[in-house]
Formats: sequence, C-alpha cells, structure tokens
Amino acid sequence: MENYFSIKDLKVNFKTFEGIKNVLQLEQLTISKGETFGLVGESGSGKTVLAYTILGLLPIPPGSIESGEINFNGENLLAKKEKEMQKFRGKKISMIFQDPMSTLNPVFTVGEQIIRVIRNNKNLSYKEAEKKAIEMIEMVKLPDAKNILKKYPHELSGGQRQRIIIAIALSCGAEFLIADEPTRNLDVTIQAGILKLLADLKKELKVTVLFIANNLGLMSAICNRVGIMHEGRIVEIGTVREVIKNPIHPYTITLLRAIPKHKNEEIDLSRILIKGEKSQGFGGCPYYDRCLEKDEKCAEGIPKLKHIEGTHYVACSRAIEGSAVNGRATFGS
Amino acid sequence: MLSKILAPETLKPKIREWKLSIYLLNKNRLTKLSMIIILLLVVVAILAPYIAPYPSHIEGMANPKDKLLPPSAKYFFGTDELGRDIFSRILYGTRISLETALAAVGLALLIGIPLGAIAGATGGYVDEIIMRITDIFLSFPPLLLAIAIAAFLGPNLQNAMLAIAISWWPWYTRIVRGQAVSLRERQFVRAARAIGTPHFRIIFQHILPNTISPVIVQASMDLGGVILTAASLSFLGLGAQPPTPEWGLMVSTSRNYFLNAWWYSFFPGMAIFITVLAFNLLGDGLREVMDPKTRKY
Amino acid sequence: MKNFILKRLLLSILVLFGVILITFIITRAIPSDPAAQWAGPRATAEQIKAARVELGLDKPLYVQFGKYIQNLLKGNLGYSLKTHQPVATELKACVPATVELVLISTIAAVFIGLPLGLISAKRKDQWVDHLSRFFSVGAVSLPTFWVGIFLQLLFYSWLRLLPMGDQLSMNVRLMYEIPKITGFITLDSLITGNMVVFKDALLHLILPGITIALYPIGLVARMTRSALLEILNEDYIRAARAYGLPERIVLWLYALKNSLGPTVTVVTLSIGYTLVNTFLVESIFSWPGIGNYVATAVVSLDYPAILGVTIFSAIAYVVLNLIADIIIALDPRVRI
Repeated sequence: MENYFSIKDLKVNFKTFEGIKNVLQLEQLTISKGETFGLVGESGSGKTVLAYTILGLLPIPPGSIESGEINFNGENLLAKKEKEMQKFRGKKISMIFQDPMSTLNPVFTVGEQIIRVIRNNKNLSYKEAEKKAIEMIEMVKLPDAKNILKKYPHELSGGQRQRIIIAIALSCGAEFLIADEPTRNLDVTIQAGILKLLADLKKELKVTVLFIANNLGLMSAICNRVGIMHEGRIVEIGTVREVIKNPIHPYTITLLRAIPKHKNEEIDLSRILIKGEKSQGFGGCPYYDRCLEKDEKCAEGIPKLKHIEGTHYVACSRAIEGSAVNGRATFGS
Repeated sequence: MLSKILAPETLKPKIREWKLSIYLLNKNRLTKLSMIIILLLVVVAILAPYIAPYPSHIEGMANPKDKLLPPSAKYFFGTDELGRDIFSRILYGTRISLETALAAVGLALLIGIPLGAIAGATGGYVDEIIMRITDIFLSFPPLLLAIAIAAFLGPNLQNAMLAIAISWWPWYTRIVRGQAVSLRERQFVRAARAIGTPHFRIIFQHILPNTISPVIVQASMDLGGVILTAASLSFLGLGAQPPTPEWGLMVSTSRNYFLNAWWYSFFPGMAIFITVLAFNLLGDGLREVMDPKTRKY
Repeated sequence: MKNFILKRLLLSILVLFGVILITFIITRAIPSDPAAQWAGPRATAEQIKAARVELGLDKPLYVQFGKYIQNLLKGNLGYSLKTHQPVATELKACVPATVELVLISTIAAVFIGLPLGLISAKRKDQWVDHLSRFFSVGAVSLPTFWVGIFLQLLFYSWLRLLPMGDQLSMNVRLMYEIPKITGFITLDSLITGNMVVFKDALLHLILPGITIALYPIGLVARMTRSALLEILNEDYIRAARAYGLPERIVLWLYALKNSLGPTVTVVTLSIGYTLVNTFLVESIFSWPGIGNYVATAVVSLDYPAILGVTIFSAIAYVVLNLIADIIIALDPRVRI
C-alpha cells in the first residue's frame, strides 16, 4: 500500500502558565488515498490541534512541535517552512472548520472571500474566478448562487455558511480534506444534509478525507477507517467494521455504549462520567482513572499500539497481541 | 454573608486568579519597574521636606546671586532665575502632582460612579437623560473643557483640579453604566427586586459595588493622563501659579531662559515624563493581566 | 442607512445645543466683572454701567442666552477684550495654520501609527513589538510642550539646522509676497511655483510637525495593536491562512478591515487631542494658529477670545465625531 498520508511519533506540547502540557502524542496514523478516515475523541483530546499541526497553523508560542513526522505524498510537512506550506494550503490540503460563523470574515461578502481564495490559489482572472465560485456554490447545492455571492456572512443561515465553507475549501482542487467537526454547531436536521453533501462530494471529486468528530455514530456512517483519540493519543484504530464489531479499548466500548440505540434502553453513563484528578508524576495509562478494566499492569507504563488483527490496533496494557477469539479479543489475566 | 465569601469553594478559584495576576504582573519587567518608580515617587512626595537639600527655596527665600547655575554638586539640577534649587523644587513638585492627580480623579469618580450606577440600573428616561448629558460633556475635545473651565473660574491649582474632574467624570459614568446595565439582568439583582428591595438600595448595595473594580482600574490607568493634563494646564498659565513648584509651571517659566539654561526646562519636564510613563506602563500591565485575550497563556 | 444618518444628525444637534449651553454657563461663571473688563482698567463707575448695558449683561439670563445663540448663528463670536476686534474674524485668519498642523499629525498617525500597531500585534513579544511599544508608550507620556522646547534647543540653538518658529523666516516674509489662495502657505507657494517660499515653509513645518505628531502616533499605534491582537486570534484569520492566502493579504486586508471601528474611533480621538495640543505647540513655536491665539488670550484673560476658540473647537469636534460615526456605520455588521 503506497504511503499517501502518515504520521509518525508526533509529539506536540503547549506552554501554559501552569507548565508545559503534552497535547499530542501520536505513535502512528496512516491514511490511504481516497479513504475517509474518522478521528473520534471528546473535547480536549487534541483532535483540532492535530488538524492545525498538519496544516502548519499551530500558534508556535505557546505550541511547540517536539518531534515527529507528517508525511504527505512523500514529503514531510513538519520540515517545511511557512512559505512552502502556503503552497499546500488550499491547493493540496484543505480544511473545513467547526464554526461557520466565525470562520467567515464578517466584513467581506461571501463572494469576495471565495473569489479571493480562488484567484490566489489558481491564478485566474476575476471573471473566471467568479465563474468558478458560482460553480462551487452550486456544487454544494445552494440555490441562487449569483445572489449569494453578494451576501455578507451574517445574512446567511448556519447551514448555508457551512456549505460556503465547504465550497471554499474545495474550490481549488485540494485532494486531501480535513473536516474538523463540520457539523458541530448545526442543528441535527441540517447535519444530515451536510454529511450527505460531504459524502457526495467525496465521490465526485475523489478527495481523501480526514474527518474529525466527537460522535462515533457519525463515523460509522461515512468513514472507511476510524481512530479513537484520548488525551492526545490514539488508543484504538482500525476499519469501522473492525472497531465497532470488536471494540477492545475500554474507552471505545464506553463511547459505543453512549450511543442511544433504542428508546427503552437505558444508557449507563456512569463509566463516562468518572473523572478524577490525576496526581503528578503518574506514569501509567492516561485512561487509568476512568477505566473499569484496569489492573496493576496499567499503572506501569504508557501502553503502545498492539496489533490485534487485520488493520486493528489497540493501545491498552491489558490487551493481548494478536488475540482475537471468536471475533472478540480477550484481556490477559 | 462573609462566611460565604470566605468559604473554600469561592476562595480557591479567586486565589488562583490572584496568584495568576500577580505572577503575570511581575513577569513583565517593565510593569515591575513602573511599580517601583511609583513607589519611589510616593515616598519622595511624603518625605520631600526632609530630603530636599534646600527646603527654604520653595517659599522663595533663595540666594539671588546663584541664579541660573548649571547642575553641580551644590545644586544637583541647577538653579532657576531666582537662584532656587531646581532639584528641591522638583521634589516638592512630586507632592503637588500626585495630590492634584489623586484629587481630580477622586472627584471625577465621586461624580461619575453614582451617576453611572443610577443610569444603568434604572434605565428608561433617567438613563437617557444622564447618557445625553454624558455625551454632551464627551463631545468636547479632551482638555478643552478643562482649559475653558480653568480659564473662567480663575487660574489656580484648585480650579485646575476641579476643571479636570469636570471633564473626566463622563468617562467613568460610561463605564459604570455599561456594567450596571449588564448587572441589571443578573439573577441576584432580580432576586433582590423580587423580594421588594427599594430601588435605591438595589443600586447602591448590589449594583454599585460590583461595578467598581473596572472603574478603579481605569482610573489608575488615567492617573498618568491626568498628571499630563495638569502639567499642560499649568504650562498655559491656568493651573498652579508662581511660586508653586509645579513641574509644568517650571517648564513654562523656563521658556524665557532655556536657550542659555537648558537644565531649567530639562529636569522638570523629565520629571513629568518619567512619572507619566510609570503610570502608563502600570496601566498597560494591569490591562494585560486583566484581559484574558491578550494574555500569553 | 439614511435613517441612521438622520438620527445621528439629530443627536449631534442636540449635543451641540448642550455644548453651547455649557459654554454659556462657563462664561457666566467668571468671578470678575466682564463689564469692568470691557470698559478697561481705568473706567469710571458710569462707564462700567454703560458697558454693562452695551454687553447686554443687565438682561435676565435666559434673554442673554437667547442673544448668545442668535449671535452664534450669525457667526458672531463676540469681540476680543484686548483688541476689540471681532473674534470670528481673528479666528478665521488663524485657522489655516492650525489645520496644517492637524493634517500633519493625522496623516502621521494613520500612516505611521497604524502600520506600527499592526506589525507590533503580528510580532507580539518579539523585539519589534517591544521596541514599538516602548516608543508608543513613550510618545504618549511625553509632555508635548517639553518636546517642542527641546527640539528647538537641539535643532535651532545647538545645531542651527532648523528655524525656531513661525511659518516663514523673517527675510522670506520681507522679500516675497506670500500668495494667499487657499490660505495654506505650503500649498499656495506650490501652486504659484514660488519654490523659495515653499522650501522655507516646509523647513518651518518640520519641528512643530514632529512635536504635534508624536502623541497621535503613539496613541494610534497602541490602540491599533490591542484591536489587532484580538482580531488576529479570530477563527477567520486562521481560516484565511488555511485556504492558502499569503500573510500580507491576511494582515493588511482581512485583519485591518475588521479594525475599522476602533481605528476610526482612535483617529478621531487623536484629532481631538491634537486640536488642544496645538495650544501648547503653537505657543512654543510662535505658529500663527488658533492655539497661539488662545494661549495669548489665556494669559490676558481675554474671555471672549477664549470662548470663541472653545466654541469653534467644540463644534469642529462634534462634526468630526458625526462623520466618524457615519463611517463606522459603513461596517456591514452594523448594517443590521
């Protein structure tokens, strides 16, 4: 399998007034061309930091990239200077942001913004860029494209704005799209529309997508592979089928259990809600406090990703390498 | 009520905030420096009669033969046209500047805060009227009103202080009113209203205390500007009158002699500059600490 | 939008009325007797009484106020106690010189202060930022009059590089006829092609110009920096970068346009400060503008003159604020 996009041993820190906080510690992550990869984790797990780091948008003080590689089409993005990264942004790698209201510049019309991006990235004349802009707006299924160009962001609805953002992101032929919780700030009904749009666009434009969300249910709908993130680490990764049919990490199991399935089924939230204060200098598994399957092994060191089967990996001290019994991996004694 | 304030749940986050504030304030070397300078100024102001080498010169009993002498070991900053020691006069001038600034700002606060609290808490046409009056006062270019008032009331230091206060209070009213308006809709005010607390009591017991801290911070940041204004007024002849050792007045008088006696203009002006600079730096530091958006995490 | 302008205009008129009322109250606050002032130091009691009638001071206050407003509307600002000339005419002659200074300081504030603030915000906590902040805070802390005096000392007295004051040198005034088309010596001499006068006028502009521009530059730089710090942290700035837009467009177009509100506000404020700072600067440099006029009036307690300048400046400032508010309303977010 050719290596299209891969992350190796990425370590990102943040300097706060309380000291240096380790925000990302990714052992490995690979995405194949044309794939839709879903990254799931709760707020604060580092997903957005990852997205920014890939595009080189991390504010460098207070953030700092300690080590690691991000390889895209054979080039290490972390080794690139700012000017070189500009050649990737918008043109090869593009991003859709969470909050459509704050992502659009309030003092320019939508048309001005999308046309400027197109002209900057593709060197077209104003007329040509305008045509392309209208094309893109129609591609995201917004009616009356010509009029929309003249509107200011605050004159559009949330769903419309998000479609515009998708339009801008895809307007310059990017082949790798990072979607950072694109439906987070939208109503549930609008969410479905956006997701369908993304799925359609993906098929039409053949983009590779890194889809970031905090909802595992969302993932299974549109992703091929999925990774579970917890406190800056990937704790479980595999195809959607592998992870959902055979969740091993206790955190994954909790996430799955939190998805409401039937009306009458009671959801046991107790496992999600435990959050203790970690004592300083604890060198064991970061999930220790909330884990209900822990033992002494778990306090010893930070677990590394272990291979279970196929492309399914888990970072858990208690999981046994290569052990899939009856489709369900077992823990050691 | 006090026990509630001192309870650990409310105190812990507050202490953390304070620790953070002090840490950040101290982190900035400039802010630290400015605090030291201000402290020094206050000390000088208090101890002026004791540390000035020639206290008698303040009242004018100087040695006329020693006029317009350059800085020396005898007269650190030189002498003026009447033979008075400029260094001593500058030390005394510290008192005057600090006193005037504190009095002017204090008076402005006294007028501005209650007006703002009443306007914000009451709303309706009381609010409208007070805000219109505020607008009118604020429509004068800064300083102009002070100049006009000081000119017409008669040029002396007290009137200058009064004039400054009259031109400054609208800024505080605006701030307090804004705060009061947002507080008006908060739970604890609604609760007080619901149990029938009389309106005035609501304003002065509930709303006003909570609006004070941003205004106090603003006022301390303003001290620098006020000192500059007072000095400018004195320079124009509208503030302190001779023989008061006010810095602005000294620079003004020095104009007749400065081509040959640069020290006469230099040192008083330098005193103004350093004082105002220190207050402005402190203000900057305070603002940076208080505004989470400009913090460096 | 039209409604907004109308409403704002009405507000301005109301405010103007209040301003005039306040100035009127101030004039009646004089401890000394204006009639005695008018009649002169050696007047007899009868002459003072006659003066009182002449000045209309024997009528009730509201009548006086009415007359006051009437006069203002006619453009009558009273008569100088010193020269007994109409204040309005004297003022008119002084305005262009002051406008020159105000223009310089405003242009400097916008074209030096704004970029300084922007770069400072972008490079927060780097040496550029520290330098610029040091300069700006120094600029707003310096007493304007002190700077003026020392610039004179340095460049005139010690270095003999620049003239000490006034708009033109003595010999130039004597030798050439000063053109009077717009009232601005620099402009007029340029129009008529008189390069000697032009050069001389420019030289004379340098020191007062620097003195008066310092405070506004510092003020605008500081305010711009803090406005931009906030803006640069906004999501749409990061998004613009994510779309591949080059940094200079992100900064100078996307970020700056969002600061229209605070920028216009601070520039207006700085013009206000400048207006009053001219009182100090012009008296130091013997610059024949409004400031000099009022500085001398203050010394001699020429109340009508002081009042005339006050009213004029206040009205100018109100108009300025009206224009500023209208410009701010052009911001699409405000259009709602």
